[in-house]
Amino acid sequence: MTGKTDFLENFSEPAGLYIHVPFCRFRCPYCDFCSTTDLTLIPLWRKSIVEEAKMWAEKFPFFDTLYFGGGTPSLLKITDLAWLMKELGKVFSFSPDLELTIETNPEDVCPSRMKELRAWGFNRISLGIQSLSDENLSFLGRRHTAAMSERALWETKEAGFKNVSVDLMYGLANQQKQNWEKILLRLLKNKPEHISCYQLTIKEKTVFGRRQKRGEKLSATEERQEELFLVTSAILRSHGYLHYEVSNFAAGEDLKSRHNLKYWRRQPYLGLGPGAHSFLKNKRWWNVKQVKKYCQMVLDGQLPVACTELLSGQQEKLEKIFLGLRTSDGIPANLVSCFSGENFSLLEKKCFLQRKGDRIVPTEKGYLVCDVLPLWLSGDWPVLTLPPLPEK
Amino acid sequence: MVSRRNFSIIAHIDHGKSTLADRLIETVGLISKRDFHEQLLDTMEIERERGITIKSQTINLPYQTPNGQMVELNLIDTPGHVDFSYEVSRALACCEGALLVIDASCGVQAQTLACVYHALEHNLVIIPVINKIDLPTADVERTKEEIKSQLGLDPEEALLCSAKEGTGIENVFKAIVERIPPPSGSPEKPLAALIFDAQYDSFRGVVVSIRVFDGEIRPGDRIKLLSSGNIHQVEEVGIFRLRRESCPVLSAGSVGYLIAGLKDVAETRIGDTVTRQDRPVAVALPGFREMKPTVFCSLYPISAEDYPGLADALARYVLNDAAFVYQRESSAALGQGFRCGFLGMLHLEVVQERLQREFQQSVILTPPTVQYRFWLHDGSNLLVDNPFHYPEPARIRSVEEPYVQLTILTPERYLGAVINLCLKRRAVQVRHRFLRPGHVEIDSQLPLADVIFDFHDTLKSITQGYASFDYQPDCYRPADIVKLDILINGEKLDALSMIIHRQKAYHRAVQICEKLKKEIPRHQFQIVIQGAIGGRIIARSTIPAFRKDVTAKCYGGDVTRKRKLLERQKEGKKKMKMVGSVMVPQKAFVAAMKIEE
Repeated sequence: MTGKTDFLENFSEPAGLYIHVPFCRFRCPYCDFCSTTDLTLIPLWRKSIVEEAKMWAEKFPFFDTLYFGGGTPSLLKITDLAWLMKELGKVFSFSPDLELTIETNPEDVCPSRMKELRAWGFNRISLGIQSLSDENLSFLGRRHTAAMSERALWETKEAGFKNVSVDLMYGLANQQKQNWEKILLRLLKNKPEHISCYQLTIKEKTVFGRRQKRGEKLSATEERQEELFLVTSAILRSHGYLHYEVSNFAAGEDLKSRHNLKYWRRQPYLGLGPGAHSFLKNKRWWNVKQVKKYCQMVLDGQLPVACTELLSGQQEKLEKIFLGLRTSDGIPANLVSCFSGENFSLLEKKCFLQRKGDRIVPTEKGYLVCDVLPLWLSGDWPVLTLPPLPEK
Repeated sequence: MVSRRNFSIIAHIDHGKSTLADRLIETVGLISKRDFHEQLLDTMEIERERGITIKSQTINLPYQTPNGQMVELNLIDTPGHVDFSYEVSRALACCEGALLVIDASCGVQAQTLACVYHALEHNLVIIPVINKIDLPTADVERTKEEIKSQLGLDPEEALLCSAKEGTGIENVFKAIVERIPPPSGSPEKPLAALIFDAQYDSFRGVVVSIRVFDGEIRPGDRIKLLSSGNIHQVEEVGIFRLRRESCPVLSAGSVGYLIAGLKDVAETRIGDTVTRQDRPVAVALPGFREMKPTVFCSLYPISAEDYPGLADALARYVLNDAAFVYQRESSAALGQGFRCGFLGMLHLEVVQERLQREFQQSVILTPPTVQYRFWLHDGSNLLVDNPFHYPEPARIRSVEEPYVQLTILTPERYLGAVINLCLKRRAVQVRHRFLRPGHVEIDSQLPLADVIFDFHDTLKSITQGYASFDYQPDCYRPADIVKLDILINGEKLDALSMIIHRQKAYHRAVQICEKLKKEIPRHQFQIVIQGAIGGRIIARSTIPAFRKDVTAKCYGGDVTRKRKLLERQKEGKKKMKMVGSVMVPQKAFVAAMKIEE
């Protein structure tokens, strides 16, 4: 095998590696992501990940981020992770300053495990705390408590992790502003380096989806969601966090999620595992979702790809706009045609967008409508009106 | 001289008119049984699907009698729905006789009676044909009894046949030749020919269907159309077989076609008289009613850029449907479109479907309306068939609406339900009489507006399909009529304005407000939808402003899903109309115009 530097010469842009761990002990009632509770498949999956990696070794030789997402990656034994790290190290090259993240449930944190993760090179922990209210946690069907969460956070830091991210969820039915503020302030006492705050969204094919269809109210009103979103941003920014993406806050420039930034900045990434998405140059593809089918295809020597698409110039431009407008990076002003100049002025006047040097960036208010913002800016949809969801 | 018979087949829907026609064509050997396309005369797809005839078709059948004599039989097929009774009258005027087809299982139906009336009006010899005698449910004796009691015809003259099985067909031919008189008229007299149909042929222009009453017509003749006085030179004449077959001359008594460089069906008015320029007839041929539209509505393209396409489609469509009238119109909400007149709701639906199928034009229809008469304070009166032309309320003294004389035939067990339906539709003078035990005829006068919309469907559903009906225009009667406007954030949605009975306005307004609320997407501001009569708001719904439109997370780098959503939303813009600052989807108009009781 040739040295790492050779690869660096050939590939100016290091890629991100995502590994999808499709296993959960229980299925959360709000989650529609690809996962199974059949843990007996882990050995087969583990083997398949490495085999799939080998298939991509030529196209993706060099990574500077590695992210174990799920699912529940923290239910993997350290031996599984160790084996994967060792085997992947044989296939790919990783940058010396690799950002190596693993999503972890609070109930899976213990000092010894965290130390071993450190030893295997993990340097970023994304804790699925979700809430610091026991009532909210049981509503969300989580198996941990607020106290366990705080302990997990403390033990993670204690183990020497300098980059800890916390996932929170808000906008639950009847959630009051005060309730959410209390949760945020309690979390801030623990000084996490990174916070992701997601609004509870009800997906059709979930337990929550079915309950909502029966008429149950599970998420807050839109007015409340708006209020909570703005409160979140205001509080976290006042504590020195950068609101660098719709749902993401970092305590400093270097503490932004480098891996997730690749998605928004359209940098190359490879997703391994069932349902994982990949992107390279002008190509996107994603794997089959079913764990068994995935494993079978890989072990048969087949690429487990479900679908591939080649992006047209226009599609690339659309992606640049809508992904850029999700982040504080915004987009280069010259990306939108002069035709949109008028729209930009209006959106600027209405405080959805602002100009920063030669870039157009969203405001807090802009983040709130970032799904429709690209259409408004490009003139593909009249400003201030909401396009209906297309019929299936 | 060639022996001829000109006849038509008349029947209630589904009594087997087309099947009998097919069997006659097959029997004279114009086409072999093997490559017979079921119901040959119903050529349009929609006709075949709905089992009804819309356009008249004509065919010349060379029939050899058992004693070897050749007789030219002209079968003029007639449409079979109340909306198209005008076409029936044209076709019948060209005949000397008619086969009256009656289903042996169903007996005499409302339309059967209507057909007999039409035929008698034109002094036709009527030959009753009892069809479908092969069916186990056939009741020939009862049918004969009905022919006598309800139609006043001699049941002994009725022929028995099964068009499907081909039994009794020879007797039908025999009766046509023996009972229907040959056409009178003289080839020496000045040319007098009736236009009873016109079809557009993209290579030859208008092909005009004519019946020659007197005189002769040949290629090269300079002919004059009496109504317009326009002169044309005949290029070709001929007869209708399975295809057109040209011939040197059409003389008195013949039915056939002429081609004379006519570019537009509208130029050839159905019912017009064709004569020769050098030797014209003094008087036009009688017997035709003018076709008058009874239902009016506007057609708008789904998106403004489709307007030229729709304009072109209508121009081509009207070449083959002289009963359809249209003119340009423009709406603030929907842009450029057309105001159109139809013979009835079925005609409207047929036009809409044909535009869709034959010309790939999807259209938005505004609420259909009838023609109201407004009496103004200055003593003048005004006929209004378009909400756009609704007079200033201060000028209106009173309003009248058209009524029809409606005849319904139904089994007795539905009598109560049918009378209820009539009363619900504002019927006056409801009378009924028993035709025979178990069968009732209900006569009443109803506002046309209440008959044209969904009366047919409702009647069929409450009587499980047993009742049938027919109607004739009657008179105008006073009506409590208002104009209902729909406002979106104060802006009038002109295309949704409608002229409506006051009692129904409230209900309709609430319905429309609710429907629009469901269909209009949310905006960054509140949208108020109102139904108003004059300045008075009678219904209201609101769509709250949206506060956010953001997906929390791009899971695991799935960018495609979001991009595809945006792409589809972009496409959706074409299907939206801007009303003031509100985006209204096309389907909102479509939904709002669906009529529900």
